[in-house]
Amino acid sequence: MNDFSSAFGAALDLIIRLDTELLDIVLLSLRVSLSAAALGFVIGAPCGAALALWRFPGRRLMIALANALLGLPPVVVGLFIYLLLTRSGPLGALGWLFTPAAMIFAQTVLTLPIIIALSHRACEAIWGQHGDSLLVTGASRLRALPVVFAMARIGLITAFIAAFGRAIAEVGAIIVVGGNIRSYTRTMTTAIALETSRGDLALALGLGLILISISLMISSAALWFAPGDGRR
Amino acid sequence: MKHPRTIAIALCILAASSAARAQERFITLASTTSTEQSGLFDMLLPAFKSATGINVRVVAVGTGQALAIGARGDADALLVHDRTGEDKFIADGHGLDRRDVMFNDFVLIGPKNDPAKIRGLKDAKQAFLLIAKSSSPFASRGDDSGTHRMELRFWKTAAVDLSGKPNWYRELGQGMGPTLNTAAAMNAYVLADRATWANFKNRADLDILMQGDLALYNPYGSILVNPSKGAHIKAADAKIWHEWLTAAPGRATIASFKINGEQLFFPLPETPTN
Repeated sequence: MNDFSSAFGAALDLIIRLDTELLDIVLLSLRVSLSAAALGFVIGAPCGAALALWRFPGRRLMIALANALLGLPPVVVGLFIYLLLTRSGPLGALGWLFTPAAMIFAQTVLTLPIIIALSHRACEAIWGQHGDSLLVTGASRLRALPVVFAMARIGLITAFIAAFGRAIAEVGAIIVVGGNIRSYTRTMTTAIALETSRGDLALALGLGLILISISLMISSAALWFAPGDGRR
Repeated sequence: MKHPRTIAIALCILAASSAARAQERFITLASTTSTEQSGLFDMLLPAFKSATGINVRVVAVGTGQALAIGARGDADALLVHDRTGEDKFIADGHGLDRRDVMFNDFVLIGPKNDPAKIRGLKDAKQAFLLIAKSSSPFASRGDDSGTHRMELRFWKTAAVDLSGKPNWYRELGQGMGPTLNTAAAMNAYVLADRATWANFKNRADLDILMQGDLALYNPYGSILVNPSKGAHIKAADAKIWHEWLTAAPGRATIASFKINGEQLFFPLPETPTN
């Protein structure tokens, strides 16, 4: 019990002192993971909708693939992106390795399967119920897309939150491509990994509590803004 | 749809604003976990920055991985501790101008009741032999790091055969900190560098039992990554770091780094370069 109470103490202490290093770490975590979830959403949601609305060869395979990749290990993604971004690799000229850009890149790859799989499910349910009537009113599938998105918005927001949750919680990919450089690429999770390896378990758990609180706030905010869920 | 779009736009602004941050002058240094986790860099890097205006971005990994990062041209300079690996790195044309920087030492840590009776021994080989003979749990890094390689050399000189994978010998495949955490939980013996141990908080029932054998000393070298790796290598600024670290100001800063009043890294005299 002593460990847990000192973790709460460490967390409170960091928050009360408004530790500037902590603030930078929190802001970087949010910037990287929100950017990755947003990029993943912009790319993945249309893909998920396309898989729901259109019929084309390879469609079932792509759905199976998106679902299978939900279990993609972050460290494998990190290694893959590392080999792409290393100076002697195919994208080395970008100079992204050990920068926040590399971390956003890696987490975007991680969030894509989640957003595709979940937005496909959300859009498919809507399309199954309303697809025929939408087509009867004379709209093409492309024209119907915004309507489907609007009707599936709760499912799409869930997809975004799930993707953000995966991104903000993972450490395997960003520690490999970001390098955990102090005050440059150190995030909540890589700081937790570092403090754990320094044996400062209370501080590590304290950082974990702050991470959970922030994650909770973001998810609540996203749900709060979701229209039509009966709260306003 | 309206709100996800609002969120997306807000995020793009967020990302763009941070990308527009002022360009700072920096080099990337690949180094080892012992220098990072001990807190040495927290003292060294601000001193260097105030002297030169150059920021050092440290990627702290095992020595083997640090050498690999350098070989790929992903860092400008290295600070590592594996003389054999360092010499090979230079011979392969990946690096230039290897210089001695400092040394620290390793200590044998174990449970306070010391079942293998190694407390106070002066011969590390003898201590390893006694641990094996008493079949006391031993936590090994098992990650091909500089520390792991040193540990394997001791087993070899003590003629302890580990090929049968004895039950008391536990290979973890982890960095120094996680290995210490596990050793603390298993009440096992473990070989650790003094700096990481001095800064390690979760000690449980472990303590230093054996130290001071010359065979436990561990030198660190500074190496410049060969600018032939590409135009992105910041050769000039890396050289300023390299010179500073191995000359009087860097050596004085290293010597002044103490944890609980104990000096952990000892600067080495400058070596003539060839």
